[in-house]
Amino acid sequence: MNRKVVIPGEIIIEGEDYLPGEHTEKRDGKIVSLRYGLAEEQNNLLKVIPLSGVYAPRRGNIVIGKIENINSNGWMVDIGSAESTFLSIMEVPRYVNKDAMEEVFKIDEMVIAKIWSIGKRGIDLSIKSHGLGKINDGLIFKVNPHKVPRVIGKEGSMIKLIKEETGCDISVGQNGFVVINGSDVDSELFAKKAINFVTEKSFVSGLTDEMTKWFKENKKIYTT
Amino acid sequence: MGVVPNADGSAMYKSGDTIAIAAVYGPKKMHPQHQQNPAKGQLRCDYNMISFSVSDRIRPGRNRRSMEISEITKWALEPVLLLEKYPNQVIDVFIDIIQADAGTRCAGINAAAMALAHAGIPMKDMVSSIALGKLDKTLVVDLTKEEEDYEEGEGATDIPISMTHGGKITHMQLDGKIGVNQLQEAVDLAKGACEKIYEVQKKALKDAIGMENGGED
Repeated sequence: MNRKVVIPGEIIIEGEDYLPGEHTEKRDGKIVSLRYGLAEEQNNLLKVIPLSGVYAPRRGNIVIGKIENINSNGWMVDIGSAESTFLSIMEVPRYVNKDAMEEVFKIDEMVIAKIWSIGKRGIDLSIKSHGLGKINDGLIFKVNPHKVPRVIGKEGSMIKLIKEETGCDISVGQNGFVVINGSDVDSELFAKKAINFVTEKSFVSGLTDEMTKWFKENKKIYTT
Repeated sequence: MGVVPNADGSAMYKSGDTIAIAAVYGPKKMHPQHQQNPAKGQLRCDYNMISFSVSDRIRPGRNRRSMEISEITKWALEPVLLLEKYPNQVIDVFIDIIQADAGTRCAGINAAAMALAHAGIPMKDMVSSIALGKLDKTLVVDLTKEEEDYEEGEGATDIPISMTHGGKITHMQLDGKIGVNQLQEAVDLAKGACEKIYEVQKKALKDAIGMENGGED
């Protein structure tokens, strides 16, 4: 797989054999990039993988957000995207007393939820699934949302490694929020350090192996 | 690239003694709400000269000149942005000139174009901008303050031009006098200069990814 950095307006490839994919456009038989990122070819389909910018929500994404407001039939959630995001009481798998909605989620509480639909009016969230719901404790911080795939790794290999090495429970939202839940603060901070290392080294190939090495070196410092 | 860590995208552009910093925030929800446009997104530019950017301290804040240049910058950049994808939303561009030696609006536009690309805003093309001027009858590119104010002969003339890499002009101003034939010559000259600026912008954007941090965070 050949990847290269492209800038907006740059011609990725010439010729009629290729199809324009995401963030590209066909202009007089040439495939032109519309965004700054990495261009990639797959079965004659060219697409650009964006590396920067605000989080672009997609259906099915697991996101972590903050309750912004409460209205008569649900909660407004801030997930870091420009669209307004709504969690309806219909999507909460328990009985909700409409007169005391604070009992379920108060303003400023964090919630882990799934994007259930994206419509013209905004995004709808759901917590009707295993592992979703209110975040009661843990360490929350934000990473670049475009680096989340690297933090998770191929089939979750990277996040599994970090979980095993630090003994913490980690949840990563596609919008870049990370929640770490460990037995003590030190291990939580160590896990945060590990995740920040991954985002810094996100251009290195074979990163999981690199990470194993990093843990070997840093674990000594951390345990002593 | 990535000089403003809190912004979604940022860039610094330097040409001679003129230095411009641009920071892009968004796309985010348009506030105030009554300015929302459900058909397409909007671009908001804010050009500002820092009080220490010129030898005489200038009064900080907005003035007639900076408000005009903000609008000019918006017009120069809007044609390349695909704003239809962001209804009810706004992209904020803040341009600060930290050191000025003529051609500040051009430096600002160059920096803003890079910052917009860095922020991951979909664009049809890059925009490059150059200030041209006339020393009596001779055309010069990339003016300094001294060249801009050259009064002898035909008088002070400066022509800031912005164009896409494809060669389409998005903005052109003229302050002074110039003949039609010479203007054509000036546009051709600007094309050559913009080509060079485009290469600089391209290199800066590509190198930013090579960096360990990707210029972000």
